[in-house]
Amino acid sequence: MTLWIALIATSVGCYLLKYAGLAAPRRLLDNPWLRRFAVAVPIALLAALIAVEALRGDGPALAWDTARMAGVGAAVLALILRAPFLVVIIVAAATTAALRALGVG
Amino acid sequence: MPRRRSPSVDPCELRRHTTEGRFRTDGLHRLEHVKPFSALRSPAVRDGMGIGVAVGVAGLAFGTAAVAAGLSPAQSVFLSMFMFTGASQFALVGVVAGGGNLVAGAMGALLLGARNTLYGLRLADLLGWRGARRALAAHGVIDETTAATLAQPDRESARTAFVTTYVVLGGFWVTTTLVGALATERVSDIDAFGLDAVGPAIFLGLLWPRLRSGGLRTWSIALLGAGLALATTPILPPGVPVLLAASAALIALIGPDDGAGATSPEPARGTSRGEADS
Repeated sequence: MTLWIALIATSVGCYLLKYAGLAAPRRLLDNPWLRRFAVAVPIALLAALIAVEALRGDGPALAWDTARMAGVGAAVLALILRAPFLVVIIVAAATTAALRALGVG
Repeated sequence: MPRRRSPSVDPCELRRHTTEGRFRTDGLHRLEHVKPFSALRSPAVRDGMGIGVAVGVAGLAFGTAAVAAGLSPAQSVFLSMFMFTGASQFALVGVVAGGGNLVAGAMGALLLGARNTLYGLRLADLLGWRGARRALAAHGVIDETTAATLAQPDRESARTAFVTTYVVLGGFWVTTTLVGALATERVSDIDAFGLDAVGPAIFLGLLWPRLRSGGLRTWSIALLGAGLALATTPILPPGVPVLLAASAALIALIGPDDGAGATSPEPARGTSRGEADS
C-alpha cells in the first residue's frame, strides 16, 4: 500500500512538472543560471544511476560483477557504433547472460 | 523582442537542425528506415513513428526491471501509463529494488522529471495549445516527443510530430511494459538472463547523446556525479546518493556560458545550442 501511494504521488508530481513547463511564462528560459543548472542536473543524475546500478551489491557495499560490467561495456560499444536504443539494451543483457552461462562472474 | 525570435524556438534554428540532418544522426532515430507503412509521406509522421516505435518497445526493459524490483505487473503498467517518463520510472524502481527509502526514490524521480519542465517551456509556443488540450499534451512532454517536435520546421508539422510520437511511443511503451512484466514474473532466475545489466544500459542510452555532443564540462559533471554517488552508496540509504549527485550540476554554473553545460538538453538539439544562444 505504501508503495502504491509512492507510485501515485510521484506520478502526479511528474505530471505537474511537465504541465508547469507548458503553462509557465517563457521568461524562465531566459534566466541563464536556471537553464544551465536545469540542463546539467539530468547529466549528473543519469551518470550516478549508471554507476550505482552497475556496481550494486547485495547490501550497502558496492560489488564488482564481471559479467554485469562486461554487459555495460558491451552497451558502451553498441552506443559508440550508434546502435538503436533497444539493441543497446539487448546487447548488454545478452552479453551478461552469455558470460554467466559460461561460468564467468 | 517578438516571441518567435526567442533563442529556444527560433524557426531558423529549427530548420537548420532539419537541413543539417542532426536529428537524423541520432542513434534513437535510425530505425526510421524501417518505415512501417510506406504510405506515410509526411516527415513529421515518419519522425514520430520511427522514434515512437524504437523507444516505445523499450517498455519491455522497464516491465522487466520493475517486476525484478518487486513491483506487480499492475504497478509497472500504472507507472508507464501515468508517470510516463522513462528515466524517472527506472530511477524509482531502482530504489525499490535496493530496498531503499521511498521518499528518496520519489525525490530522485522528480528531479529527473524536472527536465520535462524545461522541454515544456520550449514546446509551449511551438505547439500553441491552451486549456484541456494543453493539459492533455503535458502528459506527453518527454525527451523523445520534444526531440521529434523541435526538429520540425513549422507549427503544423510540430503538432503532427508531437501527437504521432506521443501516441505511438505511449502505446508501445505501455503494452511492452505489460509484456515484459508478465514475462519476468515467470522467470525464476533474473540474473541468468543478464537482466541486472539492463538498468545501467538504459541510463547509458539516455545519457549518451548528451555526452557525445557535450564538451569537457559535460563529462566533468557526469564523472563527478557518478563519483559522488559511488562514494556515498556504502554509507547512505539507497536513493540518497543519487540525489546527492545532483549537486555535481553546480559545475554548469562555473565560468562563461560556453554551451558545454547547456549542450543538448534533448537528442535533437545536437551541439548547436551554444552558437544559437550567442
